Amino acid sequence: MSQTPIYTEYHPRWYRRRTSTYWWLRRPSYLAFILRELSSLFVAWFVIFTLLQIHALKQGAESYQRFVDWSKNPVVLIVNIIALFFVVFHAITWFKLAPQAMVVRLHGKRVPAAWIAGPNYAAWAVASALVAWIVLGG
Amino acid sequence: MVLVGGGAAGLRAAIAIAQSDPRLSIAVVSKVYPMRSHTVSAEGGAAAVVRPDDSFDEHAYDTISGGDWLCDQDAVEAFVHEAPEEMLRLEHWGCPWSREPDGHIAVRPFGGMKKMRTWFAADKTGFHLLHTLFQTSLKYTRVVRYDECFVTKLLVEEGRAQGVVAIELMSGQVRAITAKAVLLCTGGCGRVFPFTTNANIKNGDGMALAYRAGAPLKDMEFVQYHPTGLPFTGILITEAARAEGGWLLNKDGYRYLQDYNLGTPQPHPVLRSMELGPRDRLSQAFVKEMEKGRTIEGPYGPVVHLDIRHLGEKVIKTKLPFVRELCLKYQNIDPITEMIPVRPVVHYMMGGVHTDINGATPLPGLYAAGEAACVSINGANRLGSNSLSECLVFGARAGRAAAAFAANQPEASSAVLAQAADEQRRLERELLHKTDGRERIAVLREEMQQIMEGSAGIYRSGATLTEAARKLRQLQERFRNIALHDHSRTFNTELIAALELSYMLDVAETIVQSALRREESRGAHQRTDFPARDDQRYLAHSLAYRNADGSCRIEYLPVTITRWPPGERVYGK
Amino acid sequence: MSDTITLHVARYRPEVETEPTFQEYQTPCRKDWVVLDALNYIKDKVDGTLSYRWSCRMGICGSCGMTVNGEPKLTCATFLTDYAPGPVRVEPLRNFPIVRDLVIEMSDFMRKLVQVKPWIIRADEKPLSEGEYLQTPEELDEYKQFSMCINCMLCYAACPVYGLEPHFIGPAAIALAQRYNLDSRDQGARERMDLLSDHTGIWGCTFVGECTKACPKSVDPAAAIQRYKLKAALSWFKSFLLPRGAS
Repeated sequence: MSQTPIYTEYHPRWYRRRTSTYWWLRRPSYLAFILRELSSLFVAWFVIFTLLQIHALKQGAESYQRFVDWSKNPVVLIVNIIALFFVVFHAITWFKLAPQAMVVRLHGKRVPAAWIAGPNYAAWAVASALVAWIVLGG
Repeated sequence: MVLVGGGAAGLRAAIAIAQSDPRLSIAVVSKVYPMRSHTVSAEGGAAAVVRPDDSFDEHAYDTISGGDWLCDQDAVEAFVHEAPEEMLRLEHWGCPWSREPDGHIAVRPFGGMKKMRTWFAADKTGFHLLHTLFQTSLKYTRVVRYDECFVTKLLVEEGRAQGVVAIELMSGQVRAITAKAVLLCTGGCGRVFPFTTNANIKNGDGMALAYRAGAPLKDMEFVQYHPTGLPFTGILITEAARAEGGWLLNKDGYRYLQDYNLGTPQPHPVLRSMELGPRDRLSQAFVKEMEKGRTIEGPYGPVVHLDIRHLGEKVIKTKLPFVRELCLKYQNIDPITEMIPVRPVVHYMMGGVHTDINGATPLPGLYAAGEAACVSINGANRLGSNSLSECLVFGARAGRAAAAFAANQPEASSAVLAQAADEQRRLERELLHKTDGRERIAVLREEMQQIMEGSAGIYRSGATLTEAARKLRQLQERFRNIALHDHSRTFNTELIAALELSYMLDVAETIVQSALRREESRGAHQRTDFPARDDQRYLAHSLAYRNADGSCRIEYLPVTITRWPPGERVYGK
Repeated sequence: MSDTITLHVARYRPEVETEPTFQEYQTPCRKDWVVLDALNYIKDKVDGTLSYRWSCRMGICGSCGMTVNGEPKLTCATFLTDYAPGPVRVEPLRNFPIVRDLVIEMSDFMRKLVQVKPWIIRADEKPLSEGEYLQTPEELDEYKQFSMCINCMLCYAACPVYGLEPHFIGPAAIALAQRYNLDSRDQGARERMDLLSDHTGIWGCTFVGECTKACPKSVDPAAAIQRYKLKAALSWFKSFLLPRGAS
């Protein structure tokens, strides 16, 4: 903020507060907001990682094995765990948002939020289980 | 055109002018942002004939008998005819009126009305009406708003109103806004009394401005007490609570209104009967109960109980949500399970700036509408839900009439600018730069309010009014010695409070003087020394003029009677 | 419970100060007193130079929003006893320039309000003589909640996006746009969309949800914004799939 000029008659001099550097620590929702903003880097990484994975797969088994070995690198692993955390975080945000974005009426009455969020979570669980079954069991 | 005030009447007028004359530029000068105006607090509804079983004549008769035959009947007829159209127009502008299941407008019963004709938007009618008007007015780019500008003087030159002087709160700049016509829509003056439903901004500004400029104030002795205000805060519990079937009970749990010629108790609400009687009679009944020792003693004085518990949770939650919200938030009471303590509280001024049926005052170029004006359709007692409709009907009428007047006027003369400069010097010398005052604003204000409550309340007498007039003169003297500690130009609310106090002192004087001269009892004006209505002498409007020496002079003007000769007010039969 | 309470009130006098300071006042603390009653007590009895806005004292005019102990509140609906034994810190609303003491500058909102066109827009108007537009209670219910906004600015004070990006149209204005979009009488949704689906519109919001928590009238601006995102996304897909002739 630039220093406001001195008061001159009839020209009100408004004070613009400087935002504290740690304002986002003031409440959990602000922290969540900043984390979501920050998460974009990791989510972008997740996309790149997936693209690399597909690329490696296309190159053949040997190339894919190299990719898998590289993924086992602790740095890559840690980055991926963080990215997973953020993606889950986004998913939860999304499910919380869904009942507010969708208004479903049954017999003229608005369906309670839990009825919309519930199936979302259920579908998520089923999809996760399916993926886990394919990856681990299949 | 300059409009002072941005409530329902002011905004309706602004839109009417914008639609009627494309050449006029319109300034809306308001001391608050328009959506803060006191219209926002109106709860119950707005009356207009809409049902096939209803008629204009019945609405007119209810209004005239409710007003104890002091209404001008030509004005009432115009009012009831135009009200439905205004309500519909609001509907077309988006007002969220409550609906019947088939999508038609729903109406509810209301005190003093024989038929159901009160349009409502749940119990926040005024809020929705004001926001609809305000948001619609944003569409008209020719409406230029001067938000948070406080008007200190009407500019009158060559015998006509030519603009206003206003302080812009944000900068402290005093500016002249010249115009070919001025329309006052500044609302009432409930803050003259200590216990009122009125917001802090209702100080009779427009009334005092007109009075000082030489226009008379009409029927100022008629002050409406609403029978059901919450103690301490004065927050209004809407008449709708009684219209839905609420009961007023004294300390014995007895529906005491049956003792005051207001009908016999029925399990369900009956129009124009018992709890749905007119406001003046209900407030007077409270005082009588108090005298009999049958009220309940609360921490802020005597109260009675408003009981809506028997309506059940569903009705209360769907039809009276705001009533419940107010009780919970401000009184820590849940009306579903508890009775609400209430007492009469100053609510509305039937009187105001004297205007004709088109909102024109006797001062050329000066117009008034809404609560600030007295047309008069409210007579000696206003019926609930007539005032929002009045704001719309007469806001539009006054707007159109003022626009037509302005179209034929020359530009404002240069002499008014000199007047404005004088006014600026006066404000600075007498208030802003004043350092030697000793009287506190709040002390004078409180004394004034106590005088008014004590002498010009629900019941008055010649002796108390004479005493009140004397004390008010003293307060006027003491006001000259007012102390201002705030000498800043930026958002100086102390300066505004001082100016508002000076307005209120003027308005208080006109109330007391008008009440003193009216030696009869009619509607909201009840004299213990003259308990009967006297049509021989007082079937007339009082007009309070300001003399050159600052004192007040009362004259009378006959009431316009067209088709309804004065009769007895009968309720509960 | 003690019968007095200490208030730390933010003061800013632009003629003599370059930044706000705090001033301490003692006021009575009664059971039915709200923070605004304490401020009025100070103004009337202690210090007439304190400036703040207020009017209705019944939570409907929207004038008296301030920051009370860090939270945006309507001071007419905030009981002192909830903060006993004190002290209570009273500051102007955050995210707005301060004019003086507790008074903020809100013309930014007034400009944005006009931009979202908060009025009924129709291709043809029905003449008054043909009566009202029919609207069932269910249709009224669709938008009613969003019509409850009293423009008190608490949601703007609570919104970190508005704090960081002042061009963000913000919760109340978007909720009001939605109020008209969802009104069965209105046909102006398309006109409002360009502005609202801009990056300063709904997409600026990342669902912090503080606006809804701060709202004293349960308007739920966050819901208005999320609903609009869904609608905007769907309409984008439609125009993407059917570039011409999509309605």
